[in-house]
Amino acid sequence: MTPRLTIRIQSEPFDAAAEIEALSRLGEDVGAVTSFTGFCRSEGGRLAALELEHYPGMADDEIGSVVTEASTRWPLFGVTVIHRHGKMEPGDGIVLVVTASSHRTASFDAANFIMDYLKTRAPFWKKEYRADGTSGDWVDAKSVDDALAERWKV
Amino acid sequence: MWSISMSELKLVYFAWVRERVGLSEERVSVPDSVLTVAELAGWLQTRGEEYAYAFENPAIVRAAINRKHVKPDASIAGASEIAFFPPMTGG
Repeated sequence: MTPRLTIRIQSEPFDAAAEIEALSRLGEDVGAVTSFTGFCRSEGGRLAALELEHYPGMADDEIGSVVTEASTRWPLFGVTVIHRHGKMEPGDGIVLVVTASSHRTASFDAANFIMDYLKTRAPFWKKEYRADGTSGDWVDAKSVDDALAERWKV
Repeated sequence: MWSISMSELKLVYFAWVRERVGLSEERVSVPDSVLTVAELAGWLQTRGEEYAYAFENPAIVRAAINRKHVKPDASIAGASEIAFFPPMTGG
């Protein structure tokens, strides 16, 4: 089967429910749909917003290659990845990953794999805006993210 | 008679590398003696205090050639666009 792979890099909000619904309807053998949504958070009231910068072109290419790799590792009917850029407030969705397969293990694992690789390979950077009105720091990369991506190496 | 051979490259910068350099992109003429990404970062460091600041810890600055991730020892031969940026924090 040729999976339906959809990648969108956009500033607009996304509708997670509509994207899940679309992958759920890819065929009568879709038995499992997994979704992950990553949100902007306030860090206990410290942050007013995050601004996501990206490298146009390369962001699409990197997410595309991660999604293609996932579709070769697991039997999937479809994958949708949406990653936003621009300024976001706590509660706003930043990233959405949806995977559809016949069985839960493949859809869970593929979604997990895509997020782990996206974290370390997709060219996006987060800048903090503090609740006190000052422009804050760039978010530091976490070494735990590198470790999480490493565990999928074969 | 002698001349220093140069090749022209488009450089792009992101996140705090962009803020420190003070530019999001530029075209530069790079001496042909600069062969690798690490050597390019070293050469950029000599171009002014903004660059020295951006590349003060070159081990943490990542690079891409023609929009593909590369390691510091990658050759810049044939590159048309080289990007420098901090470790990624998307997702």
